[in-house]
Amino acid sequence: MERSLAHIALFAALIAVLGLVPKIDLAAGIPITAQSLGIMLCGTVLGARRGGLAVLLFLLLVALGLPLLSGGRGGLGVFAGPSVGFLIGFPVAAFVAGWVVERTTLAPLWAAMCGAVLGGIGVLYAFGIPGMALMLDKSLTEASYLAMAFLPGDLIKAVLAGFATQAIAKARPGALLSRA
Amino acid sequence: MLTLTSPIETPLHELPAAAKLAALAGFTFALFLTGSPLWLGAALLLVAALHLTGGPRFARHGLAMLRPLWPFVAVVALWHLWVGSPAAGLAVILRMLAAVAAANLVTMTTRLSDMISVVERLAAPLAPILPPRRLALAIALVIRFVPVLSGRIDQIALAFRARSARRVSWRILAPAALAALDDAEHVAEALRARGGAG
Repeated sequence: MERSLAHIALFAALIAVLGLVPKIDLAAGIPITAQSLGIMLCGTVLGARRGGLAVLLFLLLVALGLPLLSGGRGGLGVFAGPSVGFLIGFPVAAFVAGWVVERTTLAPLWAAMCGAVLGGIGVLYAFGIPGMALMLDKSLTEASYLAMAFLPGDLIKAVLAGFATQAIAKARPGALLSRA
Repeated sequence: MLTLTSPIETPLHELPAAAKLAALAGFTFALFLTGSPLWLGAALLLVAALHLTGGPRFARHGLAMLRPLWPFVAVVALWHLWVGSPAAGLAVILRMLAAVAAANLVTMTTRLSDMISVVERLAAPLAPILPPRRLALAIALVIRFVPVLSGRIDQIALAFRARSARRVSWRILAPAALAALDDAEHVAEALRARGGAG
């Protein structure tokens, strides 16, 4: 019980910190916010239930008024803006990513990569695009064009989430709770 | 840690948090009932007037919090000019600005402690599956560990630079996640030693 609570809280903090660090330059020096990477890692490392709860806790703190979203955004305003669909999709994305890692027997690298693509891109966009369409009064097709701008970055992040999960599995086999 | 609550005291700070949240919910819902730029413009003016009750510095801060919306405003404006329906585009932009500004206003005028007590009250029916003490502990742990983990990541980045001429990159991701996992084990042990998480 204490262990679950501590993991959920610490990974909620990790998502926040990854959003605060603008220093992480991805390959070729493109600065991409690592926040959605944190969402993917929550699922692939903690597993479906704890990963989803960690993201929910993170969103609760954002709603309470802490500036934890990337770029120092936060407060209730972000839930009234065009990206609200993505925020609602975050916990579901982590849950699905964790579910894939829990339920497949693939090596951690591939399981986490598949989970991150399915959850962190597939599920996340399935929430984010209708949200954007509703808030900006556009059709789903038009909203998906806008979302496509984020697709290359998110694919890179899914690959990185796979590698990070593999590194954790190697360094602390027992710590990968999604496979414990 | 810093919150988004404004240090400038306004009359709105005195209102109960639950009332502000209920008013915000009603206001946001109403915004989606109308598509007329006239009504939406009036709603935005109302929000702007409420910002101004806090004085010019407070209002400027409120304006700065809208900055992340400008790309969306630009895209919607260009799109609607292109397809030739400027009125519809204006309505979308006004509604978005009014909704976000109103929500920001509630955040800026409500203290973190007041927000947390509203959450505690709302979560009360969930007590059998989620004891309020546990939720409060989780919130406190996150607030405490954001600066701790942030410091850990800085250290990891320094260590990386000491060993390599390459730029600090995604390579620090796995050590950062490991640091969080290790800290979690220590926190769990400490909680158990002090009688559990309730």
